[in-house]
Amino acid sequence: MAKDEKPVHELRPESQAERIPERFIPVPTIEPGHSFSTVTDHISTIVLRKRTPIGWLLGFLFALGGVGILTISMAVLIGKGVGIWGINHPVGWGFDIINFVWWIGIGHAGTLISAILLLLRQEWRTSINRFAEAMTLFAVAAAGLYPALHTGRPWYDFWLFPYPNTMGLWPQFRSPLMWDVFAVSTYATVSALFWYVGLIPDLATLRDRANKLWVKRAYGMFALGWRGSAKHWYRYEHAYLLLAGLSTPLVLSVHTIVSFDFAVAQIPGWHATFFPPYFVAGAVFAGFAMVLTLAIPARKFFRLEDFITMKHLENMGKILLATGLIVVYAYAMEWFYGLYSGNIFETYMLKNRATGPYASMYVALWICNGLAPQLMWFKRFRTSTFWLFVVAMFVNVGMWLERFVIIPTSLHRDFLPSSWGMYHGTFWDWSFFVGSIGLFFALLFLFLRFLPMISIFEMRTMLPEAQTHPEHEEAH
Amino acid sequence: MAIGKIREGLYGVIAEFNDPQTLLTAANQARESGYTSIDAFSPFPIHGLAEAIGFHKSRLSTIVLTMGVLGGLGGFFMCWYASVIAYPLNIGGKPLNSWPAWIPIAFECAILLAALGAVLGMLALNGLPMPYHPVFNVRRFDSASRDKFFLVIQARDPKFRPEEARRFLETLGPREVTDVPW
Amino acid sequence: MSKTLNYTEFRSRIGDLRGKEYWRSLEELSRSDAFDDFFQDEFPQQAIPLQKGVGRRDFMKLMGASVAMAGLSACSRPADAIVPYVNQPENFVPGKPIYFASVMPLGGVGTGVLVESHQFRPTKIEGNPEHPSSLGASDAFMQASVLGLYDPDRSQVVRKMGDTATWGDFIGAVQPLLKEAESNGASLRILTQTITSPSLGAQIQSLLALYPGMKWHQWEAVSRDNVREGSRLAFGRYLDTVYDFTAATVVVSLGSDFLGDGPGHLRYARDFMSQRRVRRNTTQSVNRLYAVESGMSSTGSVADHRIAIRPSQMEGVARAILAGLGGGGAQPQLSAEAVAKVQSLIRDLQAHRGTAVVIAGDEQPAVVHALAHAINTQLGSIGTAVRLIESIEVAPVNQLASIQELVRDMESGAVRGLIVLGGNPVFDAPADLNFTRAYEKVPFRAHLSPYYDETSLRSHWHVPETHWLETWGDLRGHDGTVSIAQPLVAPLYNGRSAYEVVGALIGGLDQASYQAVRSYWFGRGATEESWRKWLHDGVIAGSAPQPAVAAASAPPASTATTPAGGIEIELRHDPTIWDGRFANNGWLQELPKPQTKITWDNVLLVGPRTADKLGFTAEERDKLSNNLETRFAEVEYRGVSMRLPIWIVPGHAEDVATIHFGYGRELAGKVGNGVGFNTYPMRFSDALHGGSGARITMAAGPTYPVACTQEHQSIDPKVVGERGIIRSASFEAFQKNPDFAHVGQLGSRPGEHDESLYPDWDYSNNHAWAMVIDTSVCTGCNGCVIACQAENNIPIVGKEEVTREREMHWLRIDRYYRGDPDDPQVFHQPVPCMQCENAPCEPVCPVAATSHSDDGLNDMTYNRCVGTRYCSNNCPYKVRRFNFFHYADYDTPALKPMRNPDVTVRTRGVMEKCTYCVQRINKAKIEAEREGRRVRDGEVVTACQQACPTQAIVFGDMNDKTSHVAQLKAEPTNYALLAELQTRPRTTYLANIRNPNPEITPAVEPDTDHH
Repeated sequence: MAKDEKPVHELRPESQAERIPERFIPVPTIEPGHSFSTVTDHISTIVLRKRTPIGWLLGFLFALGGVGILTISMAVLIGKGVGIWGINHPVGWGFDIINFVWWIGIGHAGTLISAILLLLRQEWRTSINRFAEAMTLFAVAAAGLYPALHTGRPWYDFWLFPYPNTMGLWPQFRSPLMWDVFAVSTYATVSALFWYVGLIPDLATLRDRANKLWVKRAYGMFALGWRGSAKHWYRYEHAYLLLAGLSTPLVLSVHTIVSFDFAVAQIPGWHATFFPPYFVAGAVFAGFAMVLTLAIPARKFFRLEDFITMKHLENMGKILLATGLIVVYAYAMEWFYGLYSGNIFETYMLKNRATGPYASMYVALWICNGLAPQLMWFKRFRTSTFWLFVVAMFVNVGMWLERFVIIPTSLHRDFLPSSWGMYHGTFWDWSFFVGSIGLFFALLFLFLRFLPMISIFEMRTMLPEAQTHPEHEEAH
Repeated sequence: MAIGKIREGLYGVIAEFNDPQTLLTAANQARESGYTSIDAFSPFPIHGLAEAIGFHKSRLSTIVLTMGVLGGLGGFFMCWYASVIAYPLNIGGKPLNSWPAWIPIAFECAILLAALGAVLGMLALNGLPMPYHPVFNVRRFDSASRDKFFLVIQARDPKFRPEEARRFLETLGPREVTDVPW
Repeated sequence: MSKTLNYTEFRSRIGDLRGKEYWRSLEELSRSDAFDDFFQDEFPQQAIPLQKGVGRRDFMKLMGASVAMAGLSACSRPADAIVPYVNQPENFVPGKPIYFASVMPLGGVGTGVLVESHQFRPTKIEGNPEHPSSLGASDAFMQASVLGLYDPDRSQVVRKMGDTATWGDFIGAVQPLLKEAESNGASLRILTQTITSPSLGAQIQSLLALYPGMKWHQWEAVSRDNVREGSRLAFGRYLDTVYDFTAATVVVSLGSDFLGDGPGHLRYARDFMSQRRVRRNTTQSVNRLYAVESGMSSTGSVADHRIAIRPSQMEGVARAILAGLGGGGAQPQLSAEAVAKVQSLIRDLQAHRGTAVVIAGDEQPAVVHALAHAINTQLGSIGTAVRLIESIEVAPVNQLASIQELVRDMESGAVRGLIVLGGNPVFDAPADLNFTRAYEKVPFRAHLSPYYDETSLRSHWHVPETHWLETWGDLRGHDGTVSIAQPLVAPLYNGRSAYEVVGALIGGLDQASYQAVRSYWFGRGATEESWRKWLHDGVIAGSAPQPAVAAASAPPASTATTPAGGIEIELRHDPTIWDGRFANNGWLQELPKPQTKITWDNVLLVGPRTADKLGFTAEERDKLSNNLETRFAEVEYRGVSMRLPIWIVPGHAEDVATIHFGYGRELAGKVGNGVGFNTYPMRFSDALHGGSGARITMAAGPTYPVACTQEHQSIDPKVVGERGIIRSASFEAFQKNPDFAHVGQLGSRPGEHDESLYPDWDYSNNHAWAMVIDTSVCTGCNGCVIACQAENNIPIVGKEEVTREREMHWLRIDRYYRGDPDDPQVFHQPVPCMQCENAPCEPVCPVAATSHSDDGLNDMTYNRCVGTRYCSNNCPYKVRRFNFFHYADYDTPALKPMRNPDVTVRTRGVMEKCTYCVQRINKAKIEAEREGRRVRDGEVVTACQQACPTQAIVFGDMNDKTSHVAQLKAEPTNYALLAELQTRPRTTYLANIRNPNPEITPAVEPDTDHH
């Protein structure tokens, strides 16, 4: 670290000196008159500072509690069997698959923000993409739990992977579950790569900024000896764009394939051609809701209002509204298909959704996903962190309900009335749900503490002095 | 490359600049004055810098495309081979080669390999990971990842004469010029 | 032999006789630690309440150890020479089962069986095709008795005041009693259940002869006194009635469930339904069945007309019919509608004199039986469709009077010693007799029973009784035909048969049941050859009594008493656990009751209107029954008040409540303890089958979970019809339009218009296994369900799991109603795996654990299954069953020999389903291959098909156009379930055809509006 400069914590842009309490030095800003160094120092200091804020500790411990619950639940599950859940003979899938789809959907916003918005040159994404990508990874991790554990004999899950074996047996590639295996594992891998590649230059920064040798070493190892050579940057940007280009069709395919789990089956309420777009929109919908749910408290806590501005939040509000409308359209189409086709099974399924034993769920679904987002038509709601948060929470719940309505409500009364039944989640169903949320937040807290939650090098490019001529455009 | 082993002598001469614009012009001038083995370092990508130091080709696209095609074909072949050749089974009365069902997996495999190709290709071409590099010996080089910009003229440049190179760099308005030992 | 017996000498003789085995087993028992636990449990004050689900299985594991050694003895062949049915023992091939003929007793009456024995482990019961009461069919009790045999809860040691004792001790203890009896015979009594066994009868007679004055009492909780007394009213003596339904065109059931229950019901179902099989061109007419009853019985559920009345109205109906036949005009006190039905019924009877039969139910008062006899005489059916024979019992008596006398004598102290041979009178004697109090006044009380039960607990001595598969014996079938019972294994738990006990009392210490039976028959002209033949055939040809000539005397004067008002209670034995004796049989406990589909419970059954009156509204009913719950009702009846869960049965007579007895056992064993509610306290000696004057009120408080396997209340009436699940028409309509099952939206026949984008898979040069189920003749008796369970090692899951909708039966019988909930038509539809050619379950399995065989079976590879349950979700028929827990009992040694060695025992997390009994198919294929030929039609018989009394299930090779199944597939009434899904099921159904009386139901176009 440069010796001839004042230590980081004494650097302070005069303009905001009095506004910022001591513990949050140096002041974050991208205002003119502030340099690469302040951006770098602020964001990297959140990671490198010695004192861990109490708030973080409490949050992390809380999340760890969730992980504990998850661990216990998994032990019981593997010890006793999936019978501890509420699933039964008409309803073979319950919370397990509901939560799987819910989490996977949430993940999608991350990829969308980092990849698609990058291709669309949406500058505003820069300050939230790192965060969103992390969210993607952790959501996928939480989602991955369920397909892995919902099987009757989880210790044989490896049979779902194509590997040479003495029996000459292969998986059955016609099954949407096999497609899932490939889609989800590809999605997890690519998201991780994308995220890591984005991190490399910042890891180098952390390597160079850290004071303790072992911290240097740790970050240095992952920085792979990055030295910011022009050639490296050239290939780096090339690779990053290519990844973005690959992730875009990937993210669409993943939820399409997840929707095949249902669309390919013939259960009334599952067997519908519009499931792929319906699910993808729903995923983005859910994802942005979750980004808002996380970003709003985070920017408060870490004083990032100047990086994650109201512009970001408002844009996300708009996307919420747009995708929300697509989802509502899908709900409407279900009715159209059911009634117009005259298929007695479809018709009954809809009637049962709306008036059957689970009608309350269906109504709640409409309120959460249909009504709540309509607030986003109005600027004063879009620009109020409170209302954005409220709507986002509604959508989080609503998307879970949507999966409940699709999965158990379709299964519990299908073709033969003699085998109709009811489904109720048990204690263990809920404990797994809570547990996976715990896991998600535990990972998220670790990320916030040990990695830069905002892409430092991309923030640098946002600074005016980053501009170079002859070619006048921001550099990436 | 030079992992673990440290050569004797000089790697090159390096100049430190305060802002990207100076670096860019400096790089251009260096190239124009005939230097070929030069490299520039910056905390963020700077448009035109690579071209400025005379670098403008990346084989990355080819790698990614090849990997993608291989992945797609491989995925499809795996499904076809497993269901038709290796272990043919009557599954729900569907034909052995129910090819539409192979498409999703073929697609995912294509994406997966292409993405791996992009990342690993980028690293390989960049010669990363490389824990040791002479420029790290430069005292103030750690600010290359923060707010400073560097230009190095390597010793292996045929036109390289230590004194000339130093003098030449001084003319570009650097903050400071130093030698880079191996 | 000398009756005065030196005790020590006697002991030594015991020693010589069975010393080795006897000491061996006692050592084992006393050595085993687990035995102590087991022993503790047998003390009532420490009796553990039934733990359900996993807990119960855990106990089984614990029990295991105590019977390990006993279990081993199952490998040893029975000592005495028994004769296999098909193969001779000498060409016995390990791995190939041998079939032995034997006979199963129930209520004293025998039904011939073939027992499948693997290495001398009986694993499966089938009906004996040569036995008149079976003709190859079997019922739930026969099938489940295999489990009863191996049940580790069975009593395993002689007890003296609950302490371990020995057979020798017991014999010793009886001696003084016998001594006393020599002087005062009346002081010694024996109490048995109904006995038709000639040799046991002879033994008892000689015992009575030995001790003059000694009395023999009989009591069977499922009482047939009314049948006896009815015949005496009509004919002046005890006669039994045997019906020939092949000769009957019109049948009127006065509260009789002759298709589902009682002696000969298997035969009756077969005969009756043989007149109901509708085939294109060949069927000219079908018979007609009227059922007059209160609760919904199997018979009522398949009747063409059902008249729901209160029990007290039955006599009125019977009299009206009799009067009507004689031209008289007595009117029963019924609704105008019912009266009209009765009138057309009478006209129908008159129109079919000689071939019309009226049959009264065992529960109906004697006078109704007398009237039925009179009516049959009037109709001239006696001698044609009705046959009278001398009673098949050894000593027919009025058992109620018999036990009343016993109780009186016990109270007066006249009884010094009572030996109870089987039965459980403490539990099932009429409540008002207070049997227990009287019983405990007897100084010497001995009880022979398979379990250490309520009666054993109150006896000084308890002797474990052999299972019928463990002992020699002989029994008469419903028509009097005698069969010899052969033991399939040496007694697993050192049990003694009634023959041995009585033999010991007589003094024939070394008289094993083998000698008892053998000597009786050799004393009556049996020869080695004939004996061998009898054992081989399972029947003694020509042993049925000749028809008795008797005419019913004029109907007795009316004894009808005006009912005391209020709600009438109808008391019946439970459909699956009988009088309680099967309470510890998990298969029977978990078997859905034929009409209600309830398992593990007895409930208060009422009709919808009655429920409304009680303030139990339809909305609430639906809401609760959706979640398999119901409310309690408070029943007050003759001073007894009881809380019972209420359950609604469409078609149940109004202002009547049906209550089943047999549940609520305290000492049944770990499975049966504390299950259900003991309703015997409502059984009074003057009203064994219920009476009037009950008050029922809905009780407040918590709801009660009912393990019902089919919630029907909530089903939208239209759904079943519009989905074409059940298709039905009257015989008339069928003759007009044989194609009625394929009109309108019901669409095309199987095989028509099922084009697919994909090329068809070719099965033409292989077998194409297929099944056809005739819904017209299915009575929903459950025989197939439990046969499947026995054949395929299907585990039970316990009440808790059933309420979570996780029952494992591979084959279920769906029950649907049509029309007015007060007088619905009932339809039974057995649903096994449809073995779809385009099976939706297969493409969704990620590991190819389920795939198609070349002969078109939808195979399940258990050891490849990871348990994603996707296949079950995607199965439109929901016939796949998932092991949510480790349901199968891997540990209890006693249960291991019971399993079918040809079928995998599934583990936790694995999906399972009907395989068309693939093990039987492969057996036949191997056989055929060895002989270098194609499998013959009828060579493969699935377990369900084999059990079915009405032959509703037909299985075979569709590709063989001459096969029975192929011909049925060509029937116009043949339809596939949910055909529009293009699953191309191999299992199809023949539409339901009934023969309503046009007078009552004017012929309507076939509709399919059910609920």
